[in-house]
Amino acid sequence: MYRETSIVNESTPTPFSGNGESDMIINVGPQHPSTHGVLHLIITLNGETVKKVEPHLGYIHRSIEKMCESLTYRQFIYVTSRMDYLSAHINNHGCALCVEKGMQLEVPPRAQVIRVLMDELTRLASHQLWWGALAMDVGALTPFFLAFREREMINDIMEETCGTRLTMNYMVPGGVMSDIHPDFQKKVHAFIDHFKKKIHEYDELITDNIIFQNRTKGVGYISKEDAISYGMSGPSARGSGVQCDIRKLYPYEVYDKLQFDEIIEAGGDSFSRYMVRIKEMKQSMSVIEQLIDNIPEGDFQAKTKAVLKLPKGEFYSRVETARGELGVYLISEGGTTPYRIKFRSPGYCNLSALDHMARGQKIGDLVAIMGTLDLVIPDIDR
Amino acid sequence: MTREELKIKITDLLPSATFEEGGEWLNVQIDPASWLPFAEQLKKSPDLLFDYLFCVTCIDWKTHLTMVYHLSSTTFRHTIVVKAKLDRNTPEIETVAHLWRTAEFNEREAYEMFGVNFLHHPDLRLLILPEGWEGKNPMRKDFEDPVNMIKL
Repeated sequence: MYRETSIVNESTPTPFSGNGESDMIINVGPQHPSTHGVLHLIITLNGETVKKVEPHLGYIHRSIEKMCESLTYRQFIYVTSRMDYLSAHINNHGCALCVEKGMQLEVPPRAQVIRVLMDELTRLASHQLWWGALAMDVGALTPFFLAFREREMINDIMEETCGTRLTMNYMVPGGVMSDIHPDFQKKVHAFIDHFKKKIHEYDELITDNIIFQNRTKGVGYISKEDAISYGMSGPSARGSGVQCDIRKLYPYEVYDKLQFDEIIEAGGDSFSRYMVRIKEMKQSMSVIEQLIDNIPEGDFQAKTKAVLKLPKGEFYSRVETARGELGVYLISEGGTTPYRIKFRSPGYCNLSALDHMARGQKIGDLVAIMGTLDLVIPDIDR
Repeated sequence: MTREELKIKITDLLPSATFEEGGEWLNVQIDPASWLPFAEQLKKSPDLLFDYLFCVTCIDWKTHLTMVYHLSSTTFRHTIVVKAKLDRNTPEIETVAHLWRTAEFNEREAYEMFGVNFLHHPDLRLLILPEGWEGKNPMRKDFEDPVNMIKL
């Protein structure tokens, strides 16, 4: 048996250890509602003030990088849906882009547009779940149900086209797995019309709520320089004023032809990170509206051989998931399986900044800070 | 800076550096002993300013290990890849956790998965693996696990 089950290990000082100060060590997790997954935090407290946060990882580490070394270029993409399961499409997209880069494969225009549509729908669904869960973390239960009302519509759209609701495995090297469902456009229109009428409820319930503002404004501050130094990316970094949207900086697929804004807030606190995601939802809707009636005709997948082979070399692709920059670093020795693959996951770097943000804050605020970092633990424990 | 300009600038900074052809970005191969002063120059030179270390990883080539650092500048938007070849039996390299804070976590991952010893690291211990795994490095190519299925 390799897994230790005891939560407090011997190296951890016991609570009230005789160092003359009243420091208290508290374990949050690995099973705790506010960690949104199997994350274990060892928190050193002085009274109610956080002195140190030490994450313990690995409770759901599946060694995806090692697994990929024995899977072919068609197979390994399926495992990556299980990393950041809320951005499953975008993970698949990053891997497909990397294989296509290696094979110098041209993706048909129809597939490119379908991919971007799916990415943005995923981003919306992910941000909706984040919004509901964050509100629940700071003590509001109703938003969770409202968020799921919209999220269910997206999941239904995904189910019709991809066959699954969570781990879609829809993007393959060369395009997408199958063509969109005949009702796809109609249902996406219905969703956009519905969400446009409802998004003001998000602001009324939470954004303009004075209790929520007091809980998040000025809490969990991180400066622009520190955010860059910690390697933060995605909405969490853009809340500190870092320009880091991969869709704008290194456009892939059709993103360079679309009109949308990169949302940047300079505040650096939890509320700024919150505002970035709320505004991003509106941008994602605008991207979907620009594309949904303009899906070009043609193939949904480029013609590829049954067994894919990549030339010897190194390939790096990056995509913007709902949480930040996902990098896929693939080293090929010329065979049918990767020699080594590294997933640069956004959550891992964002989590490393948690200690910096939480020091000096109150223990209750730690939950709000974690909530606005939007951690998905399988993304951290690859 | 363009790829060629970066190449000239880096040759000035570190004459012993060699360059790999191909790849998306400029690939610089260095001696691990020169990594720390070189990293400081990469971060602080006013015309380089590599402040964003976006990918730190290690590769097991069976004969040696290679540490790979992907660096980019948020000011100039140029990117380089720095590679340092390490001995497989005693892999050692200086830490850069004080220059780029993200290196602290990423180096801990490389430490437990590949056994790379980061000299002067502030907190070098297991992060993902539970206690008792010191010295066993699951991401190395010759690692076989009799209990847990890693290879599919």
